[in-house]
Amino acid sequence: MKGAAFWISIVAVLVAGLVLTRVVSNEYYFNALYVILQGAIMAVAWNVLGGFTGYVNFGSAGFFAIGAYTSIALGKAFGQSLPLPVMIATAAVVCGLIGLSLGYLTLRLKGVYFSIATLAMAIVFETLMNNWSYVGGARGAYILTPDSHLWFNSYIEMLFMVMLLLTLGSVAISRALNASRLGRGLASIRDDEVAAECAGVPTLRLKLISATIMGAMMGVAGAPYPYFVTFVDPASAFSLFVAVNAIAMPMIGGTAHWIGPVIGALLVGTAQQVITVTVSSELNVLVVGVMLVLFITLAPQGIVGLAQKYLARRRR
Amino acid sequence: MSEPVLTVTNVTKRFGGFLALQNVELHVNAGERLGLIGPNGSGKTTLINCISGALFNDEGSIVFEGHDITRMPAYRRARLGVARSFQIPKPFRSMTVLENLRVPLEYAARSRAEHRSITDEAMDVLKQIGLEQRAHENSAGLTQVDMRKLELARALAAKPRLLVSDEAMAGLSHSEVDEILEILLALNRRGVAVIMIEHIMRAVMRFSERVVVLDAGQKIAEGVPAEIVRNPQVERAYLGE
Repeated sequence: MKGAAFWISIVAVLVAGLVLTRVVSNEYYFNALYVILQGAIMAVAWNVLGGFTGYVNFGSAGFFAIGAYTSIALGKAFGQSLPLPVMIATAAVVCGLIGLSLGYLTLRLKGVYFSIATLAMAIVFETLMNNWSYVGGARGAYILTPDSHLWFNSYIEMLFMVMLLLTLGSVAISRALNASRLGRGLASIRDDEVAAECAGVPTLRLKLISATIMGAMMGVAGAPYPYFVTFVDPASAFSLFVAVNAIAMPMIGGTAHWIGPVIGALLVGTAQQVITVTVSSELNVLVVGVMLVLFITLAPQGIVGLAQKYLARRRR
Repeated sequence: MSEPVLTVTNVTKRFGGFLALQNVELHVNAGERLGLIGPNGSGKTTLINCISGALFNDEGSIVFEGHDITRMPAYRRARLGVARSFQIPKPFRSMTVLENLRVPLEYAARSRAEHRSITDEAMDVLKQIGLEQRAHENSAGLTQVDMRKLELARALAAKPRLLVSDEAMAGLSHSEVDEILEILLALNRRGVAVIMIEHIMRAVMRFSERVVVLDAGQKIAEGVPAEIVRNPQVERAYLGE
């Protein structure tokens, strides 16, 4: 997508979101869209390290939950009136730093060790949160929805618009990264780390940058979560489902291109919402699993890969 | 005699209890063509891994153009001007041939960048190598000989002062070997020192001004090609007693 077309579509989506808050009054839709957008940010974030750089992260839920708990801790310390953007920014910094330090400890090793470490990290942080009574411990924490919701009709409408802005921001960052010198450096690491290093790419430094961006974005996705659900406990925040979605969405959409995780998130997220309402909420877990298996075996390059193959054939 | 670009002093490398390199001494003069030969497992690839930074030697030192690079990470050596190709081609498979060259141009050769677009520079390198027709093809789909050329092109895009070519010709046909040989000679004419590792004796003899022979991790002989082929120690290393 060319620069101008991209920015026009970003603005168009934003305007469409605003129109939606004026036209639609059923709050369920904003709840559903919030969940889909949350999945989209997580997918885009996962893809920065998992897709662009080739390091698979199983601990996405850990970063997400720490983002959420950052908001809770800040709310406890400074009162719930603290503006949401401050909480989001703080969560980005905290989770970015966790991404950086986890990367520093494990990214010197190759591939699978990193994946295992991310899984372990999520468990370590879950244990910490279970035992930190200040943020509710294992009992969980209740969050009061603030009264103010700007000019929107309800708080959920405002949260939806916040999420939409954050999603579009992450997509823009991911797209810029994909086309940049940094993005090519990351791709060279994914393709062959030794060859990249010998071509002058400072592989460790780039992997750390990538892990930091990934962590920060996931923290951003988690920061508004307490205000969305109003009750957070470690079991729900560190849910495996969050981590599985963060992997499944980019895999299904396609990992090499920035648009892949966006497509995957919209598709899987919408399917989950529809199935939750029309069939059952248990079945939607199964659907992700089946879709993931189908795509990995039949179209490992995801939907973007299928589209590229189709276009290449037509050009001939 | 000109200043050496590369001086390897007393380099020793162990893998557990196995001594892969033992007190190896080597120097390469500016603009020189050096052949590095030896039977399989003699330590040739280990030595150039130590030179390019893919491995660190346990003892000894490596000096490149006055910089002690012994403990320097590989990417900084590439930026100083040490480039290498790999015995088994390692293209960046998700990229086109042209994009493959953008990586070293943007990372290794950044301080030596010319004032024109990266794409033009990359196309120039591809023309020198004879890959310009393949510029926009996916690198994963290249033929063997084109993959070897891409290896050299990518090394060349880093604008090296020293190129280490690790068996760029293994498995190629007679005419393909000549093609690669021509590329290396042309590169050398522009002042780049080349270390060539090769099993194809015809190529080594034609290319090298000086040959170094490794056997079981030690340097057993060194000299002009004509002397090396008559050296009884070399004969023993290759053919046995």
